[in-house]
Amino acid sequence: MAHPATHRPNARELFAGFLSIGIAGFGGVLPWARRMLVETRRWLTPREFTDVLGLCQFLPGPNIVNVAVAVGARFGGARGALAALAGLMVAPFAVVVALGALYTAYGHVPAVESALRGVAAAAAGLVVAMALKMMRAGVTRLGAGIVAGLAFGGIALARLPLVLVLAVLAPLSVLAVWRSVR
Amino acid sequence: MSESPLVQLAVDFGLLSLIAVGGGVMTVLPEMQRMVIDQHGWMSATTFAQLFALAQAAPGPNVLFVSLIGWQVAGLAGALVATIAMIAPSSVLTFAVASAWERFRDARWRKAIQRGLAPVTTGLMLGAAYLLTRAADHTLAAYAVTGFTAGIVVMTRLNPIWLIGFGAVLGLTGVV
Repeated sequence: MAHPATHRPNARELFAGFLSIGIAGFGGVLPWARRMLVETRRWLTPREFTDVLGLCQFLPGPNIVNVAVAVGARFGGARGALAALAGLMVAPFAVVVALGALYTAYGHVPAVESALRGVAAAAAGLVVAMALKMMRAGVTRLGAGIVAGLAFGGIALARLPLVLVLAVLAPLSVLAVWRSVR
Repeated sequence: MSESPLVQLAVDFGLLSLIAVGGGVMTVLPEMQRMVIDQHGWMSATTFAQLFALAQAAPGPNVLFVSLIGWQVAGLAGALVATIAMIAPSSVLTFAVASAWERFRDARWRKAIQRGLAPVTTGLMLGAAYLLTRAADHTLAAYAVTGFTAGIVVMTRLNPIWLIGFGAVLGLTGVV
């Protein structure tokens, strides 16, 4: 590492650090992760964080979960990875299970049902916004637009399995950009 | 297949973990909907949309929506199995690959895969937005709330939790 982090956390600190990320983040945990890892606890330099994030965005699976694994492993091997992962998941998991229990018990109460209708409409809007932002950022060429359109049609209209959509479109799309990448 | 729901959850989400491109649970929402509603008939599209909304209203990673699906299907055991299945395979992969990242970070194939996958994940996200909107919205007013929320998020930096709360108020007062 060109810029060694100022502090090397042990497993307990990894657990506590990712615990604070897990409970802090409403609607997107990654900004909190950056704040904790780079600014508050200084386990990573900004460049190291960007590098870890690059890896975690490249690999499949939830980014923040991958970040916990990669950062935990960096400082404490398998034990560190497990500590960070457990810290990240344990509190929000408990909250979500509590919400699930409430939903099971009260989901059919008329007032709760009406509130949930409104919340569901708003939550759908969050995903619409995310899709629009991705379009604006990434679909600037005709080829990319066609691929995005085919992925949308395959998954949302034809309701094809994701494995099939990926198996066809991913290789085509990678080949299409091959020349433009060095 | 007549396997128990727990086995089905483990198998389905375990596979999903490894094809969850694009950073999280959002791009695989359409696939989850296909599995959970169309294939297994575990819940209605409306319940699916409401559970998604609940997950958005809670702190923490989006992936915990999977825990709620598991909860709805098979209680606490279902929540645990679905969550572990969704994060374990990709975590093992990350653990295995992290130390080699330096070596392939700047490789051409790595960049080509990343750039090539971007429009695919955008299309999947559009699919998620479309299917979730159709599942959540049954009135014109509901579509208006979805459109309004999307507009605010695209144009401002307001914390989404306010919009979730706003939606709850509109629902309670019978607007949606």
